Amino acid sequence: MELLVSATTHNPRWLGIYALLVFAFLYLPILVLIVYSFNGGGVGGFPPHNFTFSWYRMLLGDGAMWESVLNSLAVALAAMAISLLLGIPAALALDRASFPGKAAFRRLVLLPLILPGIITGLSLLMLFVDMGMRLSLLTITLGHGTALISVATTDIFAGLQKLDRAQEEASLDLGANYWQTFWRVTLPNLRLPIIGAALLIFTLSMDEIAVSFFLIGRDNTLPLEIWSRLRRGMTPEINAISTVIFVFSLVAIVLWYRLRARAEGQPELGAEWVETAAAGS
Amino acid sequence: MFSRAYKTAVTVPPLLWVTVFLLVPYALLFCYSFWTVSPAGNIVHHWNLGNYRELLQVHVYFQTLLRSMWVAARVMLLALLLGYPLAYYVSFHAGARKDLLYQLVIIPLWVSYLVRAYAWKTILGSDGVLNTLLQYVHLTRHPVEFLLYSPFAVVLTLTHIYTPFAFLPIYASLEHIPRNLVEASHDLGASPLQTFWRVILPLSIPGVLAGATFAFVLSLGDFLAPLLLGGPSGIMISNIVVSLFGAAYNWPLGAAISLCMLLLVISLLFLSERLEKKWSFS
Repeated sequence: MELLVSATTHNPRWLGIYALLVFAFLYLPILVLIVYSFNGGGVGGFPPHNFTFSWYRMLLGDGAMWESVLNSLAVALAAMAISLLLGIPAALALDRASFPGKAAFRRLVLLPLILPGIITGLSLLMLFVDMGMRLSLLTITLGHGTALISVATTDIFAGLQKLDRAQEEASLDLGANYWQTFWRVTLPNLRLPIIGAALLIFTLSMDEIAVSFFLIGRDNTLPLEIWSRLRRGMTPEINAISTVIFVFSLVAIVLWYRLRARAEGQPELGAEWVETAAAGS
Repeated sequence: MFSRAYKTAVTVPPLLWVTVFLLVPYALLFCYSFWTVSPAGNIVHHWNLGNYRELLQVHVYFQTLLRSMWVAARVMLLALLLGYPLAYYVSFHAGARKDLLYQLVIIPLWVSYLVRAYAWKTILGSDGVLNTLLQYVHLTRHPVEFLLYSPFAVVLTLTHIYTPFAFLPIYASLEHIPRNLVEASHDLGASPLQTFWRVILPLSIPGVLAGATFAFVLSLGDFLAPLLLGGPSGIMISNIVVSLFGAAYNWPLGAAISLCMLLLVISLLFLSERLEKKWSFS
């Protein structure tokens, strides 16, 4: 009940209790998931009994699952590269150039984040099929890379707005060319937004399923592998792999906060794109 | 300060890429919706309104769309009912724990969508955690069957997934309210309830609108939660699209439904943007 103590003047007790209940609602399923990954008796059944590591042992020996993890890692890294390689220039363009259709471009880039994934997935499916491309991890990568350009663009654009223009001007005045200025002044200054965007793109891609669902070829990504197993039946092995991923995400978040707190001390990862998408919709 | 060459170099590559991989695909969706499929299973590039006529004539499409909107509306309401008080509490009453609590709302966003839907399935099933718990404490003797494979399960799961999405913009708008406005209202003799009702709530409307739009739009197009937890009565419009692109093999009709969904979503976004502008005080 520590939550109920407050620093401000008026603090109705029921509000604190309500907040506590909402937190319980948000965390209960995650807790159940983790607890039952150690449950010898399977995914259901109360109370949990027979504490065991056997689901994790089973997971370790599960070749197909790890193959899908490797596929997902490859897709996420490649998608991250695509989104950054296009998102950085796009942010520079939005910040510094004026071109016909600029407002439309900005909205178009944001669409995949705001639209239900099925619409973007189907549209890309039609494109790839009409181009005669065979569906594979490559088509998924192109899909993720394109859909997540928005994350890179909005994060880096926000960073550019805070950037001190005088530094770039000084660099140009002192005889550096544009390329040198970009490489030695602009990019180092954008380090944090770029790392933040990269992490977020990586995580979103690792978890993406709605777009991948339509672009999948023979090789599964991790979410699609989990999906295909869920259709066959539930096994605590899925609890185990989910717990492993959850722990890795937590480590990533903590690392990111420490990095960011050291640099400026205003951690908001994961929030910017929701807010930007909301503001730019 | 930046030369023309610089501007061209940063503008052209993203513009080209986005045109090929976003604009053209969305345009293709539009085109397909006016084409047909031959009995042999080929796409016939013959422009006509047949798909849209079918959508108007076969009631199941419209009924399913309405049902999906009803599911999305319930998710939206619940996400606001859970998200708003939480955002209000964290923004105004959390004191020193404000940052921590904020992060605690964000963390579930990092847990895979699929995994959270699956977690609810393990909780709600007939031999799931909830049912065995109810029998364990002798509240029921037989499993409660309506929990899983129903629209209820879909609404509950989507609410769980989209509550943090509703929370974020609301929290952002609450954080932007100048605190001296709230103090002034107190000083002038308003009760806490009046202050909330007359000052805080109106100023947070843009955040509420953004959060509501997010929750509604994203749950409207969902097809995985219904497949996993919905059962026959929980089918949503996107499930029909998925089957048209799969076993039923009628891409043009599926494209027509998707395009209707796209137009519905874009008009909602447009409407919400207009309302947000109207309500923002700056």
